[in-house]
Amino acid sequence: MMARNPQLNDKGTLQHLLTVEGLPREILIHILDTAASFISVAERDVKKVPLLRGKSVFNLFFEPSTRTRTTFEIAAKRLSADVINLNIATSSSTKGETLLDTVDNLSAMHADMFVVRHAASGAAHLIAQHVGAQAHVINAGDGRHAHPTQGLLDSYTIRHYKRDFTRLSVAVVGDLLHSRVARSLVHALTTLGTPDVRAIGPKTLLPTAMEQLGVRVYHDMRAGLRDCDVVMMLRLQNERMKGALLPSAQEFFKSYGLTPEKLALAKPDAIVMHPGPMNRGVEIDSAVADGKQAVILPQVSFGIAVRMAVMSILAGN
Amino acid sequence: MKLPDAEALCEALIAQLRGHVTPDTGIVGIVTGGVWLAERLHRALGVSTELGVLDPSFYRDDFDQVGLHHDIKASQIPFEVAGRRVLLVDDVLYTGRTVRGAMNELFDHGRPACIELAVLVDRGGRELPVAAQYVGARFEVPPGKVLVLDRDALGRLSLTVSDKRRERKAQT
Repeated sequence: MMARNPQLNDKGTLQHLLTVEGLPREILIHILDTAASFISVAERDVKKVPLLRGKSVFNLFFEPSTRTRTTFEIAAKRLSADVINLNIATSSSTKGETLLDTVDNLSAMHADMFVVRHAASGAAHLIAQHVGAQAHVINAGDGRHAHPTQGLLDSYTIRHYKRDFTRLSVAVVGDLLHSRVARSLVHALTTLGTPDVRAIGPKTLLPTAMEQLGVRVYHDMRAGLRDCDVVMMLRLQNERMKGALLPSAQEFFKSYGLTPEKLALAKPDAIVMHPGPMNRGVEIDSAVADGKQAVILPQVSFGIAVRMAVMSILAGN
Repeated sequence: MKLPDAEALCEALIAQLRGHVTPDTGIVGIVTGGVWLAERLHRALGVSTELGVLDPSFYRDDFDQVGLHHDIKASQIPFEVAGRRVLLVDDVLYTGRTVRGAMNELFDHGRPACIELAVLVDRGGRELPVAAQYVGARFEVPPGKVLVLDRDALGRLSLTVSDKRRERKAQT
C-alpha cells in the first residue's frame, strides 16, 4: 500500500501545505483559482475578509526572510487572523529548547496555523506530523527541499500573463542545486502540464537527476533561452561562491547573467521572473530587472493572494 | 411541484422596480442566478451605473463547517458604494444568510446610502431578519428541497426544484 500523502487529511483534502510534489493537479488549480478571487480584495476600501476571524497564525521563522514573512503576515491579516511573529533567533531555541518543544508550547497557546521557515529540509514535515489534525502547517521554505507557496505564486504569475501552461516553454536559470524555489516551481509546472521546462546553469549548480523530472538541461544559456516564453532567474547565494562551486560573481554574470542581449533570444513577449532578493549584476542586469518584460513586482503582489488562498483553503478543510 | 414561469416573474419584478430605480442606482447581482437576473433588470430599467457582481463566499457563516467553496467568482463592484443607493439582486431568498454575507461585503466597499433587495422568489424559511422589498413571487418550498434558477443557451430563465444540493452554491 502506498503511504498516505502527509499533507492530506482523512477526507483527502489539504490539511497542511508542505510541498508541491505529489499534489494532484485539481488542488493546484483550486489554489490558483481561489487566489484569483482574492486579488480584488486588495483593491477595496477595506482590504480584509472575515474568513480567519478569531484564528491564530504563528509565523515561525528560524531563518531570516523579509518578503516571505511579510507577505504571509499581510495575507493572514487580510483574512482577519491574529498573527504572531516569532523571531526565533532571539527566542527560546537559543536557550536550548527543541523545535517540537517550541511547537508544543505554541499549541498550548491555541495556535490554529503555523507558517514555518527552517534551514533544515523536512522541518515543516516534522511539525506537521507532530501537530496532526490539531493545526495546519504551511512550509515557507525548508532547507534545499521545498517552498510550495513560492512555486504556486510563480505558477500564478505565469498563468496570469501566459494563460495556458500546455503551450509554454519555461526556462529556470542559475543555482538549481540549492534552490527550493526551483524545485517547487518545476514540480508545479510539470503537474500543471507544461510541456517544455528547461534548467540552465553550470554543471556544479544543477542537480544530477533533472532529466528524470522531465526537465531539459542546458549549460549554454543562449541555447537554453531560445524561443522560451518565461525566464525564471534564481538568486545566486553568495555563500555558494566560497565552496568553490563558482569562480566569481563576474564570471557567473558573463555566462549566466540575464542581459538584454541574452533575453532577446527568448520570444519577444517573454516574461522575466525572479523570486527575490535580486543580486543586480550577478544573475540579472538592471536593464532587465527594471525593463518592461520583468514581472518581478507583480510576483510579490500575487504572492499575497496565493498565500491568502492557501491559508483559507487549509483553514476550511 | 408546479413552478411559476421565471420569465413572467422577471417581467413582474421589472414592473415593480420601474419608477423606484434611478439611473445612478448601483445594481449588484449575487452569483450565479442573481447575476443573470440583475443583467435583465439592469438592461430593462435603463440604469447607467455599471452592473456589480458579488460572490459572498468569503463572508459565509458556514465556512467553519463546509470550508471554502470551489469555483469562487471574484466580486466586482465597478462603482463607488459610499453614499449610493444599492439594489441587491438574488434569484431565491431562503434563510437570509447569503444576503447577510453580501451586505457585509458591500460595507467593505464603502457605506451605502441604502440597500434594497430584489428577488425572483421568496421561498420562506428565514433564519435571519431579512426581507426583500421587491419580490417576483412568494411560495413555500419544503426544507431539504433546493430551488434554483437556470439559464439555457438562448438566455431564457427557468426555475427547477430538486432534492440534491448543487455543489456550486448551497442555497440560503
